[in-house]
Amino acid sequence: MTDKTANLANLDKEGLSLKSVSLWQITWRRLFKRKSALLGLGILIVLVFIALTAQWISPYDPYQVLIGIEDVDMRQAPCIHLLGCPKDQPQHIMGIDGNVRDQFSRLLYGTRLSLMVGLTTVSFAIIIGTILGALSGYFGGWVDNTIMRVMDVLLAFPSLLLAIAIVTVLGPGLINALLAIGIVSIPAYARVVRSSVLSVREMDYVSATRALGGNNFDILFKRIMPNALTPLIVQGTLGIATAILDAAALSFLGLGAQPPTPEWGQMLSAERNQVFTAPHLVFYPGFAIMTTVLAFNLLGDGLRDALDPRLAHTSK
Amino acid sequence: MIQYITRRMFMAIPVLFGILLVTFALARLIPGDPCRAILGEKATDAVCERFIHERGLDKPIPVQFGVYLKEIIRGDFGRSIRYSLPVTRLLVERLPTTVELSFAALTLSLIIGIPLGIISAVRHNSWIDVLTMMWANAGVSMPVFWLGLMLAYIFSLVLKDTPFWLPPSGRVSPGISTAAFYDVWGLSVYGQGLGVAILNFLSRLNILNAILSGNWKLLGDSIKHLILPAVALSTIPMALIARMTRSSMLEVLGQDYIRTARAKGLAKRMVILKHAFRNSLLPLVTVIGLSLGSLLGGAVLTETIFGLSGLGRTLYDAITARDYVIVQSFTVVIAIFFVILNLIVDVSYAYLDPRIKLD
Repeated sequence: MTDKTANLANLDKEGLSLKSVSLWQITWRRLFKRKSALLGLGILIVLVFIALTAQWISPYDPYQVLIGIEDVDMRQAPCIHLLGCPKDQPQHIMGIDGNVRDQFSRLLYGTRLSLMVGLTTVSFAIIIGTILGALSGYFGGWVDNTIMRVMDVLLAFPSLLLAIAIVTVLGPGLINALLAIGIVSIPAYARVVRSSVLSVREMDYVSATRALGGNNFDILFKRIMPNALTPLIVQGTLGIATAILDAAALSFLGLGAQPPTPEWGQMLSAERNQVFTAPHLVFYPGFAIMTTVLAFNLLGDGLRDALDPRLAHTSK
Repeated sequence: MIQYITRRMFMAIPVLFGILLVTFALARLIPGDPCRAILGEKATDAVCERFIHERGLDKPIPVQFGVYLKEIIRGDFGRSIRYSLPVTRLLVERLPTTVELSFAALTLSLIIGIPLGIISAVRHNSWIDVLTMMWANAGVSMPVFWLGLMLAYIFSLVLKDTPFWLPPSGRVSPGISTAAFYDVWGLSVYGQGLGVAILNFLSRLNILNAILSGNWKLLGDSIKHLILPAVALSTIPMALIARMTRSSMLEVLGQDYIRTARAKGLAKRMVILKHAFRNSLLPLVTVIGLSLGSLLGGAVLTETIFGLSGLGRTLYDAITARDYVIVQSFTVVIAIFFVILNLIVDVSYAYLDPRIKLD
């Protein structure tokens, strides 16, 4: 009784009618109330925009060596006309890199790679992790034991080190780095899916589907998996952040993207010995990595709180 | 309790076995011929044939794995191609740097992260809470190598000629004696035994060695060199610890027994530290266990930037030199180290909460 009134009161407070409201609408509304999640979403929208329009908004070609084209020096400091840089000098708002290319254009193109890295590794890990976790949780027994022990072993390595070991074997390169990070992040998703499957496997509606003649595939993918979706989304968003950070680290160690690819970790690594003479070449790529990772982290945290039904009544 | 610890230790055995299996498999997956991968492209056929026979690479895979296991148990990790030294010796030489760095970083993240977390929970939604959380979010999003380089730029170049100057690389300044404490004490230590190895290891922990031998110059200098790398490495764990302390304190502070404790007139300080903090320790221990992984991975990046010749820097050099033996064996050693640390975390978990037993 009191529960019901509390619920109704809550519905009124949130300005909802008693019409059916989908989980997504509720989540969306809750997400909009969190400043930090909105900030993350905002940054992300800007980044996606930059990634999609990089070829039109960059002032230069990211691979273009400017020797003989413009009067600029190697590792020249930023020149911004608004901040008093003489108008007769070409504007390079983030300076010139060690190969006399426009750093700002390279940074803009780097957005593409970074987002791509995050999305592909996490999609790969989610697909494999979901299959493994679903099999493990649904069938139990030796299937479960085998899969989860393998996951335990993968988790027993510090993730960056295992990725390093894998790329050393596969050979350096962006694709191999992505594969390594993907493999390393599988266990997290397998565990999430397994525990969601376990929590609903014995529910009545699952038994009902079985009684109605549904096969294992139907039960698993139409009845059980929708329940694993919300934790997967949260884990995936936060996972993109980690993947971008790890990919940047691998590139920094020379194992990921190779020059002249405009990838942030690689750009930073190429100029790291010049940090005392040309700090702008180290500062901007790192700052770009941090901003992107921060956006995914803020959004992921916000989603976790918004999707958590236990927090429905708190206004935090 | 003892029963729990033994059972937990037995559970670690299959994981350790799996770690060895994975690294063994990775080594076998190196494309091309293992001999040329290890000895280099210029090795002649005759040399390769002898090499393959000596290493037992012509035997069936399970036999090879058995040999590999036997070698590891004997503590033989093979010889480095680049340094042509036994890997074990490199380990004993380089491990102290990494241990000192990780220990300093962990200590730093605990002594700053925990109080910050407690304060922001107690002063929930105050400016200090908001600032801490903003900083914590930025902290987990920062690439360690970038932070390290920026710190080096600020403290070694911008603040040059001020008292805040800090050295950008190395463990000690040239010219400062790093004589081992046992030599200072006048002990004669020689030989090959385990005891000697342990003494050697301890004497390479500069700060401990400085204290034991009363070498205050070395102590000051080592600490000065350790500050930047330790701060860089500690950022992520510190942010995680501050966040976890805050959220688990917030949960505990809302409990009825806290209100009761306050209502019966106990000092606020007492309630926060004794009643609330103790009960919020459990999730904190888990986070510490988790951050150990990022600490060990981050050590590779931090040591590379600050020119510290620890495990991480050696691993980086081995990657660039394609020294597979080192990459493989260091990965194994660090993974084993990680498993043992997590074992300790689990056991302390059971100690902190006696209700936790193996299900």
